[in-house]
Amino acid sequence: MNAIGPALRRVRDVALLPTIAILLALLFGAVLMILSSPLVKGFDPTLPLTSYRALVVGAFGSTTGLVNTVVSAAPIVLAGLAVGIGFKAGLFNIGAQGQFLMGAVASTMVAITLNDSPAVVAIPLSLVGGLIGGLAWGFVPGFLKAWTGAHEVVTTIMLNYIAIYVVAYIISGPLRGEHVTFARTDTILAGALPVILGHDGHIGILLVALIVPAAWWLLFRSTIGFEIRTVGANPDAARYAGMRPRWITVFTMSLCGMLAGLAGAMDILGQVHYMPASFSTSVGFDGIAVALIGRAHPVGILFAGLLFGAMQAGAGLMQIQAGVPVQMVSVLQAVILFFLAAELIVRRVVRVRTPSAGVTELSTVSRTYGEQTGL
Amino acid sequence: MITEPTAQPADRPPVLEMRRITKRYPGVLANDGIDLDVRAGEIHALLGENGAGKSTLMNILYGLTTPDSGEILMNGAPVTINGPADAIRRGISMVHQHFMLVPVLTVAENILLGDEPMANRIFLDRGAAHDRIRELSRFFGTELDPDVKVGSLSVGWQQRVEILKALYREAKILVLDEPTAVLTPQETREVFTVLRRLTTALGTSIVFISHKLYEVLDIADRITVIRRGKVVGSRIPSETDEDDLAEMMVGREVQLTVDRGESHPGRPLLSVTGLNAKDDRGHVVVHDLDFEVRAGEIFGIAGVAGNGQDELVGALTGLRRPTSGRVVLDGRDVTGASPRGLHDAGVGFVPGDRHRFGLVLTFPLTDNLVLNDYYHPPYATGLRRNDGAVTAYAEQAIAEYDIRTPSATVSASTLSGGNQQKVIVAREFDGDLSLLVLDQPTRGLDVGSIEFIHRQAIRRRDSGVAIVLVSAELDEVLELSDRIGVMFRGRIVAVLDGRTADREEIGLLMATGGRDSGIQPQIVEQAS
Repeated sequence: MNAIGPALRRVRDVALLPTIAILLALLFGAVLMILSSPLVKGFDPTLPLTSYRALVVGAFGSTTGLVNTVVSAAPIVLAGLAVGIGFKAGLFNIGAQGQFLMGAVASTMVAITLNDSPAVVAIPLSLVGGLIGGLAWGFVPGFLKAWTGAHEVVTTIMLNYIAIYVVAYIISGPLRGEHVTFARTDTILAGALPVILGHDGHIGILLVALIVPAAWWLLFRSTIGFEIRTVGANPDAARYAGMRPRWITVFTMSLCGMLAGLAGAMDILGQVHYMPASFSTSVGFDGIAVALIGRAHPVGILFAGLLFGAMQAGAGLMQIQAGVPVQMVSVLQAVILFFLAAELIVRRVVRVRTPSAGVTELSTVSRTYGEQTGL
Repeated sequence: MITEPTAQPADRPPVLEMRRITKRYPGVLANDGIDLDVRAGEIHALLGENGAGKSTLMNILYGLTTPDSGEILMNGAPVTINGPADAIRRGISMVHQHFMLVPVLTVAENILLGDEPMANRIFLDRGAAHDRIRELSRFFGTELDPDVKVGSLSVGWQQRVEILKALYREAKILVLDEPTAVLTPQETREVFTVLRRLTTALGTSIVFISHKLYEVLDIADRITVIRRGKVVGSRIPSETDEDDLAEMMVGREVQLTVDRGESHPGRPLLSVTGLNAKDDRGHVVVHDLDFEVRAGEIFGIAGVAGNGQDELVGALTGLRRPTSGRVVLDGRDVTGASPRGLHDAGVGFVPGDRHRFGLVLTFPLTDNLVLNDYYHPPYATGLRRNDGAVTAYAEQAIAEYDIRTPSATVSASTLSGGNQQKVIVAREFDGDLSLLVLDQPTRGLDVGSIEFIHRQAIRRRDSGVAIVLVSAELDEVLELSDRIGVMFRGRIVAVLDGRTADREEIGLLMATGGRDSGIQPQIVEQAS
């Protein structure tokens, strides 16, 4: 115990509870599989082993699997950062989903418009379109929070709905493709992200690989990050220290919006290559889970995002080999979150004694609505 | 100060004995074999610094926590106290430093809360309760109307309601936690009279927790001093003095009053004219303030809490925009300047609420020590923070200001109150300053830290800084100030010479705003 350094000990302290939550969720999933096995193929106590093995093999057992894992993880990591950086500023950005959709639709608009231009022009501009779409959906709740005190949880949830219908209108109206059978856009050609790895490994994963350390640097090595974290930890002290909490709130929400928007752009330009009017996705909400599991730390979010990506990538093989439906993955993800939220219970059951201070993201989630933060 | 003859309860049997009480928290031995006995009708003072173990001991007595070992005897028989309700049933009552009263309820409702007398199964028996409250309140010299809302009472009377609550529940042992912290000297004296009356007339035993030495010497029959969870010794007031008690408390000889030396005020650095400011609810609570503070001078502001001091401090430090008036710093108009603008202009500020404004408790000391200087060289180049420079500065500040910490990277929350305040003092007292605003700079601190902070204030005064000192501790204002302004209902009603001012006179001004209540500022200019 004493042999490990303080840095390692901090990593252990921070990672312990999420790890326990993940293990408990796997255990819960195993029990669920065993109990439900008689309904499908007859009682099979080894079913969890088969299915978890398939899940792992599907996600990591082949180059294709690995690439799928990384590609699925990329937008989730970005959405996780969009929520996690908000946590650092004391903001609960439930709006990553709406920001994701707006980023997706904005980048689609640009990409469709530039479908005949060279890729060097179309790709960057389409990505910028995604940034701007997300920015708009992040700036508004940030501004409302800073200058009117409207709680971001309420405004971002409302904006999520508005985004759904804005997307539906744009895609089924002005942007509807010409030779399509259902409401969707034409296929994106010039703006599609080039593949650099395997079959689907688009260049966006490289972008994420750069953004994660950049986010870390911004939060922990820059003056702006210091201001963000100070406002999140103690807005009164931030004001006392000469920082401008309102401005920081607007800046942070805008930044979060841009990250989620970029995730949306990446999903469309890199994987789907068109946008349907009812784009069913949960990346924005996965971002919340990932930010919580990753403890709002960019590195934690990266690992949590990869975990979610792996689950998505391996789910198919699990269904084929073990007959366990892909939805089991969603169940597992939800149960992880449940155990994280029920931190106190987990602490009691497993008798963990790590300091609970520093779990600012959870206190941000549970903070009362409409409270005056003294901005 | 005692108005009635002191009873001699020395030969009476103890009503309460706590024997070898030991309580260990992770990493701390809060109580280490503490023995305490309280006799009938005795005022027993429990003296000790913050963190010495007084509160733990009283929480054990009140059933809020259980001791690891040791026993409690009441009237000679061992008892186990299971929670506050049990304690109250056994006749133990506690008056907390922060009153546990509901301001929108009446005196009677507050007293009955939790122990409502029922006329039958459904309805309260108000009549009987009110009669009893009236009867008990005669102890205070005047009858207290049970139907008055608690929120409309002064702090001194609110405390009496707390005591009344204990009496109503037939307390045999009354524990008072720092009861005079919020009172003026006059109110303190009145409360002491009441306490004395309780012990003689009702035979109530009182445990009086305090860190004010002269008060303890004044009121107590016996004094027990606790340090680091252990009883250092017991004294009878007639056989001890403040220096002796302070040494027992701290474990070394301390200088109770710093030698403030000669001050040499120079040119006026801060000049405030016609300042008005509103509180959070929009009421004007600072009225047309005019005052000047010179270089090398400490201007103390005395007043009962809530007379506009907070808003004045806010207006001086950029946290609150004045509604009118001018604040001029060294010839520059800084009215309504931002906190950062003022910081850059050489204003240091030790805020009254150090956890809310002064520190980010979850941050390491390094970050807290540069909380308002993080953005410029050498601590940052452009957007990039220079951790090396920050750490180097932090280590230097920790050494220079004697901050007791295992390292510069532990979070501020792990430090004691005194060391937390030293972090703020280190940050705010450092560098080129023209003005220092000290708001309650030693509230809740131990004697050693108070001594240190007072010395630092004198040092900065002597280096030519103008200092505004706002404190609810009249002794602190008297001890440090060259001139004292007394604030009453948002106005400075008198300015007195700090070396000749009389605490009784200031107390009276604090309580009434001046004898003829006509607000006539009586300005005494510092002779220089």
